[in-house]
Amino acid sequence: MDLSQALETVSRSDPGMVRSHNEDAVYLNPALGLAILADGMGGYNAGEVASGMVTTLLGSELGKALTLQEPYLFDSNGQRRANGLLEREIERANHAVYQAAQSQPQYAGMGTTLVMAVFYDNSMTVAHIGDSRLYRLRGEEFIQITRDHSLLQEQIESGMLTVEEARHSQNKNLVTRAVGVDPLVEPEIHDYATQPGDIYLFCSDGLNDMVEDEEIGATVQMLSANLELAATQLVQLANDNGGRDNVSVILVRVRQSYPAPRGVIGWLARLRAWFK
Amino acid sequence: MAKLILSMDNLMLKEISLTKERTTIGRKPQNDIQIDNLAISGEHAAIVTILNDAFLEDLGSTNGTQVNGQPIKKHFLQNGDVIELGKYRLKYVNEAQPQVSQADFERTMIIRPDMAQKLADQSNEKAPMGDTQTGMSTNHFSPPPSHLATEPATPPAPSPQAPPSVLQPAVSLRGAIQVLTGVNAGKELELTKTLTSLGKPGVQVAVITRRPHGYFITHVEGAVFPSVNGKLLDAQAHPLGDHDIIELAGTKMEFFLKS
Repeated sequence: MDLSQALETVSRSDPGMVRSHNEDAVYLNPALGLAILADGMGGYNAGEVASGMVTTLLGSELGKALTLQEPYLFDSNGQRRANGLLEREIERANHAVYQAAQSQPQYAGMGTTLVMAVFYDNSMTVAHIGDSRLYRLRGEEFIQITRDHSLLQEQIESGMLTVEEARHSQNKNLVTRAVGVDPLVEPEIHDYATQPGDIYLFCSDGLNDMVEDEEIGATVQMLSANLELAATQLVQLANDNGGRDNVSVILVRVRQSYPAPRGVIGWLARLRAWFK
Repeated sequence: MAKLILSMDNLMLKEISLTKERTTIGRKPQNDIQIDNLAISGEHAAIVTILNDAFLEDLGSTNGTQVNGQPIKKHFLQNGDVIELGKYRLKYVNEAQPQVSQADFERTMIIRPDMAQKLADQSNEKAPMGDTQTGMSTNHFSPPPSHLATEPATPPAPSPQAPPSVLQPAVSLRGAIQVLTGVNAGKELELTKTLTSLGKPGVQVAVITRRPHGYFITHVEGAVFPSVNGKLLDAQAHPLGDHDIIELAGTKMEFFLKS
């Protein structure tokens, strides 16, 4: 099922005002309902390698898998197949980055954050690792959907810090999970129902460290009629505020509902996809 | 490195670097900072240092602990905070880390879960520090306690042009819009926010952005583009000059700068 009619997508990735390299990577496949964003880390150009590997691998492998499998069906654990699919492919991508980091001295210690979603059947499965985020604008409400895997977030959750205090912390940018730094990684995966009109924002910390959430939300809302402009404006805001890190954003608007084709129609669609 | 400056009656007594993960303050000799005064409890307070942040905790002292005049049980210390114990004052100094090597410091790094756990234990928190049972096994992995995944000490590339300082727009003049025609003629709108939208949603909308180096107008939606001084805009942002005339959805308005 081609989702490019139902989903409008745009992305931007910018090195920012200070860094010479862009260690972020983004991948979009609107037809398959796939959006992936990664923020790499590691010396020299290793960060770019890690984030590039993960987005490319996940993009191509999930691309193959999604044309053959129906992500909306339930597996034997009572979960949507998309969950297991993401878990498996993220594990494989993690392994690939970890192996590269182990075998090539110049890549030692590299890793990357990850935030991604696959859209299907009026819903989406979101996976994330680290401090790259997913936000949702629904009507007037702009909320953060993912919770960072970071030291600050853990301190907030344990009550050591309030959200307000966390803004003054000197311990920013310490993530507790990342892809490719250990043989195994645990992604956080959840399903969400989507609604026509929803706008999803995926971003690296270069955006939310430089621009307050309220301002990000107001920008997306005010420019919701023009996603291209909204994406450009978000990057520009981060850069106008100093642009100390790479900035990447993906915006996805749900234009209309996209129920999965079921029964004979679904079967025919799969058959067609199979012969393609 | 953060430090404490101990003083009494404005007389500086001592300077203590916060090198330990837990620094205790009290009257008894086993404390890291011993203050031999009857107003101070045996074990009065403790400071837990987590990387570049420090947390002060009163350990149930008889006379209490104050920070900047307020009694506290727990407090997230900020540079310049003054801790008061009886007649003694401890000034917390944590000179902004970012000056050391901003770009390098702000790079994302991975912190090992076993380290986070260790810190959690030390901070005497009953609440667990989130879920730390990651796939990163602690068994065949035993990094030194203060080990952060390696970030090779490559010097950050110097920025070609110095970035503008945060949240300090160089726009000293305030932009404003005055409506010239239509029902709202005469109305004035100050452009204080970074984004101000003009027009009718679904028909024609433009947005004015306030940036460090000036104001810009951009077309957002609608088949017809707005014009500035009689010239139609394209999809690009267009800089606005003092007394520019904007025409949008049949309404004329003037952009001007106030001092």
